[in-house]
Amino acid sequence: MSTAQQQLTLSEPDRKNAGSTDGLLSDDLLACIGRTSAPRTEIASRREIRKYSIATGWKKKEYLDGDEAPPLFHLALFWDMVELDKLTPDGVSIDELLPKFPLEKAMAGGLSIDYFRPIMAEDVLVATRTLTNIYEKSGSQGPIIFYEVVMRVETAAGELVLTEKTTRLLR
Amino acid sequence: MNTSEITNLKPGDALPGRAYAPDNVQNFMYSAALWNAHRIHFDMPYATEVEGYPGIVMSGPMLGDWLTQCVIEWLDGTGQMTQLEYSNRKAAYIGETVTSGGRVLSVDHDKGSARLEVFIKNEAGDVIVPGTAVVAFDKA
Repeated sequence: MSTAQQQLTLSEPDRKNAGSTDGLLSDDLLACIGRTSAPRTEIASRREIRKYSIATGWKKKEYLDGDEAPPLFHLALFWDMVELDKLTPDGVSIDELLPKFPLEKAMAGGLSIDYFRPIMAEDVLVATRTLTNIYEKSGSQGPIIFYEVVMRVETAAGELVLTEKTTRLLR
Repeated sequence: MNTSEITNLKPGDALPGRAYAPDNVQNFMYSAALWNAHRIHFDMPYATEVEGYPGIVMSGPMLGDWLTQCVIEWLDGTGQMTQLEYSNRKAAYIGETVTSGGRVLSVDHDKGSARLEVFIKNEAGDVIVPGTAVVAFDKA
């Protein structure tokens, strides 16, 4: 198993958190852990890098010229792109990777990224997303559901570029 | 930074930050760059009357990007960021000025790496986006 593959497995504390069936999480819901999206391929075009770098106010010339991408450019490159009738009334696309949760009010979440190589202009990149954990905790205002999605970005040649773990809270 | 500054780096050293006061144009361009149509970022009646926000919401990952600007501008070509963690704890709204900043948490001179605390604060001084980063310095 490669280092990157190991990052997709659950840590021991996560395993303890997952699997609680006392609360809101049914066995069917927990069975969704491990669900993986179809790989998505995108070109990190110079124009897309420039648009992102200008919009975020970067000063670094390599980014503004589109030669190299800023560290969070992959968020833009792999942002979900769906047809108009697939958007909800608030303008958000439904994440097909996720099951329907019994709580739906999305709260603040976190992001954790390991970088292995920068994204350069015209790189062809492949992203795969995996739902790696679902667990529940008690909050002061009621139960909170946490879920984690790991996105792995590689070059078309299979070189690891980054892994990103997103944690979201639902109340 | 230069080689001498890296050699003398120690916990507590500050990372220079920047003030950001995005307007609707920049917030729109950011959403457009992502292809993010979430109405809380451009539709004032929707954001305030339907979602109950006090104004147009600054995009969370745009605030995250400003953490990375703090790190990369501080590095100034002397190394790479190898890890980043952050969370959006509190929203910010168009019309506000937010400020980035950070400090060195630890330095491993043998490995040529450092762990950093980075943050975005609102005008009240609250940390609304806390984060950490790890950087690896280029070999001299």
